[in-house]
Amino acid sequence: RGCSRSTRVLFHEYSIKAAILIQRWYRRYVAHLEMRRRYTWNIFQSIEYAGEQDQLQLSSFFSFMLDNFTHMNGNGPGNKYLISHLLDSVVDPLTEEVRQLKYEQIVVPESYCGPRLSFPLSVTDTNALLSAFKEEQTLHGKYVLQLLYETKKFLKQMPNIIYLSTSYAKEITICGDLHGRLDDLLLIFYKNGLPSAENPYIFNGDFVDRGKKSTEIIIILFAFLLLYPDHMHLNRGNHEDHIMNLRYGFTREVMQKYKTHGREMLQLLQDVFSLLPLATVIDNKVLIVHGGISDKIDLDFLSTVERHKMLLKYVLFHMVIICLIQVVDILWSDPKNQSGCSPNSFRGGGCYFGPDVTQALLQKHGLCLLIRSHECKQEGYELCHNGQVITIFSASNYYEEGSNRGAYVKLGPELVPRFFQYQVSRSTRKLTLHQRVCVAEGSALRALKEKLYAHRSDLMAAFQQYDIDNTGRISTSEWAQVVESVLRLDLPWRTLRPRLARLGADGNVEYESCFEDISPGEPIPPVTPNLAETLYRYRTDLEIIFNIIDKDHSGQISIEEFRQTWKLFSSHLGVAVNDQTIDDMARSIDFNKDGSIDFNEFLEAFRVVHKLVIKEQQQG
Amino acid sequence: EVTETSKKSIVTFSEIHHFLLSDTIITETQKRISNAFDVFDHESNKTVDVREIGTIIRSLGCFPSEADLHDIIAELEEEEPTGFVRYEKFLPTMTKILLERKFRPITEDLLLQAFEVLDQQKKGHLEPEELTKYLTQEGEPFTQEEMDEMLSAAVDPDKNVILYKDFVSMMTFDDTR
Repeated sequence: RGCSRSTRVLFHEYSIKAAILIQRWYRRYVAHLEMRRRYTWNIFQSIEYAGEQDQLQLSSFFSFMLDNFTHMNGNGPGNKYLISHLLDSVVDPLTEEVRQLKYEQIVVPESYCGPRLSFPLSVTDTNALLSAFKEEQTLHGKYVLQLLYETKKFLKQMPNIIYLSTSYAKEITICGDLHGRLDDLLLIFYKNGLPSAENPYIFNGDFVDRGKKSTEIIIILFAFLLLYPDHMHLNRGNHEDHIMNLRYGFTREVMQKYKTHGREMLQLLQDVFSLLPLATVIDNKVLIVHGGISDKIDLDFLSTVERHKMLLKYVLFHMVIICLIQVVDILWSDPKNQSGCSPNSFRGGGCYFGPDVTQALLQKHGLCLLIRSHECKQEGYELCHNGQVITIFSASNYYEEGSNRGAYVKLGPELVPRFFQYQVSRSTRKLTLHQRVCVAEGSALRALKEKLYAHRSDLMAAFQQYDIDNTGRISTSEWAQVVESVLRLDLPWRTLRPRLARLGADGNVEYESCFEDISPGEPIPPVTPNLAETLYRYRTDLEIIFNIIDKDHSGQISIEEFRQTWKLFSSHLGVAVNDQTIDDMARSIDFNKDGSIDFNEFLEAFRVVHKLVIKEQQQG
Repeated sequence: EVTETSKKSIVTFSEIHHFLLSDTIITETQKRISNAFDVFDHESNKTVDVREIGTIIRSLGCFPSEADLHDIIAELEEEEPTGFVRYEKFLPTMTKILLERKFRPITEDLLLQAFEVLDQQKKGHLEPEELTKYLTQEGEPFTQEEMDEMLSAAVDPDKNVILYKDFVSMMTFDDTR
C-alpha cells in the first residue's frame, strides 16, 4: 500500500506503545470502579448490621416498659392490658376439626382464576402454584390458610434436628437465604430442577422479609414440604419470627396482599415459623443451621428443647431461658477468623465463633462440615475455618441490582461440595460494569445520607465543637472523625467524602452540605433536638410498637392504647410532653368513625405534638 | 548584622512552615492509603490479598503498568510468600509512590492520541475486531473478560464501531465523578 518497511516497523512500535497506554489506562479505570463497588458493599453491610443493632434499642425500650408499668397510673386496666397483651401467646379457641371446617367453608368466588388447591397436595397443585406466581397471580386466602394449617400440623411431629442420608439420592441441594426473592427461587428450580424424590432440597432459613414476594416463597416451599416430606427440608432462620417480620416487611406484605384473612394468616405463621426445625444433619457428618454455632451448643441438648417456645420477643423482654440462648446462637451467629467465642454485637444476639469453636463442635459430634447462611456474600458462597464452614446465600442482588451473586451447593455421598452461582437480571439489556456500580452506589449513598439526616443534631453539635470560629467548615479529618463516632459505622469516610459533602474554596468540608438532598421538596427542619428527627430516626421502632399493640392486626389502635404508648415512649426518650397536650392532640386528629387511630395517623400525631409543644414554648 | 539576623529568621520561619506543611501532607497521604487499604482488608487484621494490591494502588490515582506492579509486588511480598501483604510493609512503599508522583495519570489527550495511532486509516472510528486484535495481542494483553467488558461500553450499538473520541470523553468523565 505504498508503506515502506521501515514505516511499517515504526507504526508497529507506535501501535504497541498505544496499546500499552490504553491498557494501562483502562485497568486503572476498572480498579477505580472496583474500589467504588467494594465500599458500596461495605456501606450496605454496615447499615444492615447497624439496623439489627437497633433491635437492642427496641429491647431496652421494652425492658423500660416492663420496669415501669407498675408505676404508671397505679395498676390501671390500661397498663396491665398493654403488657400482658405483648407477652401472651394467643390460644386457639377452636378445635382442629372446627378450624378445618371453617377454612373449608370459605367461599372462593367464581371469578377467581388462580390455583385451587386440594389436600393432600399433588404435583398438579405445585405446578399450578409455580405457573400462577410466574404470572404474578395471588393465591386465594382460603388456600393459604389451609396450606399453613396443614404445614403446622405436619411440623408439629418433626423433631428439632432432622437426620438425612445421601444413600438413596444422587445429591442433596442446599440453598441459603432467599428473603422474599421469588426470581431467585425460580431460577434455582430452573437450573437445578424441582424438588422430588430424586432431587432433594434443604432450604436453610430466612425465606421472608426484605424482598417483595415472601408470601409466594413460603407458599411454594410449604407446598413442596407437604408434597415430598422426605425430600424437602426447611430449617428455621432468624427471620422466621414475628418480631423480625414486623420490622423487616413480611407482616406488611401479608396484610397488604390479604386484607380479609391476613390477620389469621399471621397468627398461623407465628406458629408455623416457631415449629420449623432448627438443624439438619446429613450422613451424621454435615451439620446445617441458619446462623452458626457457639461454644455453648450441644446438639443432644438441642434435640430436647421445646422449639416452638423460642421466640424473639422473649429475648427482647430479657426473659432468659437457658435453651433460648442456644437457639439464638444457632439462628444468629457469624463465623470470625480469630479464635474464641464472643458476643455478636453487630447483630445484638448470637456469637462470633472462631475456627477453634468450629473444630471443637465438629469433633464433639463426629462431624466434618458446617453449612450455614445468614450473611450475604458477593459470590453467593464462601468458605472459612480451613474449609470446615461453608456460607451459602441464595438471594442475588440482595443489596441492589448487581451487588452480589446467589448460589446453592450440592452434596453427594462422598460429601464433596459443588457450588453453583447465578444472578437474576431485571434488565434485558446487559448493563455495563460502570452502570452496575453506579446503581448500587447510588442506593448505598442514599441510605447513608438518610442515616446522616437521622442523626443531624448530634452531628451538628459535634461539628460545631471543631468549628470554633463558626465558619461552617472543618477539615476532612475532623469531618471523618465526627461522622464515624456519631454514626458508629466503620466505613472509609475520607474516600466517601466527595459523595457526601461539599468542599469550600479553602479545601475544607462545608459540613452542613451532608444533610442536603434527603427527600426532594422537604425543607430541612431547624437544628434543635426535635421530634421530626426523632420520628425519622425511630420510625421503624414506632411501626413495630404500633404493630405489637395492634395485636389483632386490624391496622388500628384505640386512643387509650395510643396515649399509654406515647407517654411511655416519650418518657423513655426523655422528651417531656404533658397529659393535656396529648389529649388536645388526640382530639385534633381525624379519627376513624369508631374512635381509633391507624398507623399513618399515629405517625402524624408525633408531628402535631411537636407543633403544639413549639407553640406552647413560644407563648410561654 | 541586623539584616543578617532578620534574614536568618525569615529562612527559619519558612523552613518551619515547610516542615509543618509536608508533615500534614504526609499524614493526609497516609490516611488516604489507610482508607483504601481498609476497604480490601476483609478480616480486619491489616492484611490484604496480594492480588488486590494492583486495584488498591490504582484506586489511589496511579497508572502503573502490569510490569510496574509486578516489581512492586515482588518488593512487598514476604520472604516466604503467604499470599497476603501486611499494612506495615505496604504503607512506606505506597507513601513513597504517592509523594514521588510515580506512575502519573494518563490525560484525556494522551489517551485520544493512542486511539488515533491505532486508527491507521484515519477513519475516526475503530472496528471491534481491530481494537480487539491490538489489545489482546500487543503490549500487556487484555484477557477475554477485560476485552469483552471494554467493548460492551465502547461499541456504538447502532453502527457497531468504536467512536473513540466519544468513548474517551465519556470514560474520562465517568472516572472523575
